Amino acid sequence: MTAPELKIEDLHVSVEGKSIVKGFNLDIKGGEIHALMGPNGTGKSTVASAIMGHPKYEVTQGSVTLDGRNILEMAVDERARAGLFLAMQYPSEVSGVTNADFLRTAINGRRGEGNEIPLMKFIKTMDKKMQLLEMDQSFAERYVNEGFSGGEKKRNEILQLMMLEPEFAILDEIDSGLDIDALKWVAKGVNAMRSDHFGCLIITHYQRLLNYIKPDKVHVMMNGRIVTTGGPELALRLEDEGYDGMKAELGIKDDETVEA
Amino acid sequence: MSTQLKNLPLDAENIINFSSHRNEPKWFTNIRLKAFELAAKLPLPKPEKTRIDDWNFTDFRFDTKGTSVKSLNDLPEPVRQLLDETEQAGSVLIHHNSEPVFANLTEDLKNKGVIFTDLATAIQEHGDLVQKYYFKTDKWDKHKLTAIHAALINGGSFLYVPKNVQIETPIQAIYFQDASSSGLMAHTIVVCERGSSVTYVESYLSDSSVGSGAANLISEVFVGENARIKFGAVDHFSSGVVSYVSRKAKVEKDGSLQWALGQMNDGYTVSENDTNLEGDGSSVDTKVVSIGSGAQKQNFDNYIRHAGKATTSRLLVRGVQKDSAHSIFNAITKIEHGASKADGEQTQRVLMLSKDARGDANPILLIDEYDVIAGHAASVGRVDPAQLYYLMSRGISKEIAEKLIVEGFLEPVVDLLPIEGVKKQLSELIERKVG
Ligand SMILES: Nc1ncnc2c1ncn2[C@@H]1O[C@H](COP(=O)(O)OP(=O)(O)OP(=O)(O)O)[C@@H](O)[C@H]1O
Ligand SMILES: [Mg+2]
Repeated sequence: MTAPELKIEDLHVSVEGKSIVKGFNLDIKGGEIHALMGPNGTGKSTVASAIMGHPKYEVTQGSVTLDGRNILEMAVDERARAGLFLAMQYPSEVSGVTNADFLRTAINGRRGEGNEIPLMKFIKTMDKKMQLLEMDQSFAERYVNEGFSGGEKKRNEILQLMMLEPEFAILDEIDSGLDIDALKWVAKGVNAMRSDHFGCLIITHYQRLLNYIKPDKVHVMMNGRIVTTGGPELALRLEDEGYDGMKAELGIKDDETVEA
Repeated sequence: MSTQLKNLPLDAENIINFSSHRNEPKWFTNIRLKAFELAAKLPLPKPEKTRIDDWNFTDFRFDTKGTSVKSLNDLPEPVRQLLDETEQAGSVLIHHNSEPVFANLTEDLKNKGVIFTDLATAIQEHGDLVQKYYFKTDKWDKHKLTAIHAALINGGSFLYVPKNVQIETPIQAIYFQDASSSGLMAHTIVVCERGSSVTYVESYLSDSSVGSGAANLISEVFVGENARIKFGAVDHFSSGVVSYVSRKAKVEKDGSLQWALGQMNDGYTVSENDTNLEGDGSSVDTKVVSIGSGAQKQNFDNYIRHAGKATTSRLLVRGVQKDSAHSIFNAITKIEHGASKADGEQTQRVLMLSKDARGDANPILLIDEYDVIAGHAASVGRVDPAQLYYLMSRGISKEIAEKLIVEGFLEPVVDLLPIEGVKKQLSELIERKVG
């Protein structure tokens, strides 16, 4: 099996007619972990949503391929079954559907009819992963994200990641709202996924998460595109200096207002 | 005989015969006869925004026969499925084509003075008790449908729990119709005296072999002082059966009542669910779910009256509308003058699955007292695209994701039903009706 590859080329995305992402390029291979940082509102989540196929986000230009397959032509669920996963910044709540039912349906959706996961195996796997994330067993029978605290929702996203074992994951601010211990458990979960068959893009504002999950590359995004790329030291520098220095250095002005 | 109901070729003599055949006491027969006379004259109820004038409430056979069974294993499959396998010896009453065909009450409960039997037997053996509660939550001359019911009652159940008796295991009644053109006129009375508690679950189902028929059901629930009743129900009449279903309760001081109703009829339905919080400190928690499918027309009235002080009500109504179904949901919270510290909250949500379906949710608060809390929320909407996206982003197909969301939406009642078989039946009905 060749190592998987997620390739994003010259991606342009609009939301409600407004152009947000303007020429985003990124190439991640299996085994690699990349971090994406950047000021609020520069389009990080927009990139993630467009890749996953959120109906509100319109790709106006560019391509995204997973192992050479054009994923932009696929429906959201097909993208997921092709191996993509997005841990969302704001996960939805689904009342009346238990976490366990949800996950089992998702796993079976991937495995296909006639190849469903045996119930006992599912339960055992879920138990194990929940333990690793220090999630109480009761979360299996609770309704998806309903009444979960901010941090519990984030841990639930990672639980799904671990259960679904995608080829590529985008983790959008998975560290926001996590307490220090939870941050470690989540990092442990992500690190447990590390292999040549798994690539990951971590969107974060804080360098702290990157102490626990060591990225191969750090990208900085401004005004809808990546403006600079470096190693872990780039995140450290940003933590120290903020974005202003970098903006001046790169000669970046704040985004021009888009005419209505 | 002058009195005749449209499509119902009956006269007073038929009624007298039917009544005497059942050994009914005079008072009961008299109500039948008076109601029969009035039934022709009284108007139909006028449910909000639903025209029911041409619905068939009267064309049915009411003297149908059931088939007795010796053992639960002889029951038709759809009925057997409703019973908990582990509770073969539980307290259960099964009616087939409105006749009782199987009855069991555990020795333990009998010894405690609990009565659980079909209405006809109760009238004979506990006539005074029945009379004390019969048509006390509502009047039989309220409108044409209550009068038809009182005139032609052909079935029903009677459950009486004496003072301070706590019943742990749910008590179950099942009504199964399969006789062609049959009409079920079942009257149920559930009484919990002071300090007692019980969980009661009634299931109504009909086979498509009924064709066009009718169901006219009235259940009366009496929650005594400090008593507690959990009342569950799943209605599932086939598409040719026109239903009028009325569930009414009165709750005394510090009593509490829970309704968990799964209204899954395939035919036209008028439903009235009323709770009268008469005693101070009494409370009710009502949860009702329904699905409209095909060309079904339905009207659901949920009414809660706060009369006692510091009474509490919670009302949750959820309806799914698909195909070209058409449903009206009315929720009325009434707080009477003097019901200080009352707290009533109602929520109605309607989920539309097709553009040809129609659903209306009307929230109504009628408040005659200052020192109260009252709230309402009502919405009619479609499946939330954000939820759909979320589920699909995990690899779940659009159809299955939608199904999960809809099933989740109706889960609150499934969750409350205390009998595994009934719970499962409701889940399956939801799955089938939504699918
Ligand atoms: N659904 C939407 N409707 C309207 N505007 C949107 C929508 N989604 C994103 N935007 C706008 O697009 C811009 C980029 O938003 P995005 O969420 O991608 O930023 P971000 O880089 O993830 O920011 P943050 O660090 O705060 O999460 C913002 O100005 C935002 O208001
Ligand atoms: Mg974001």
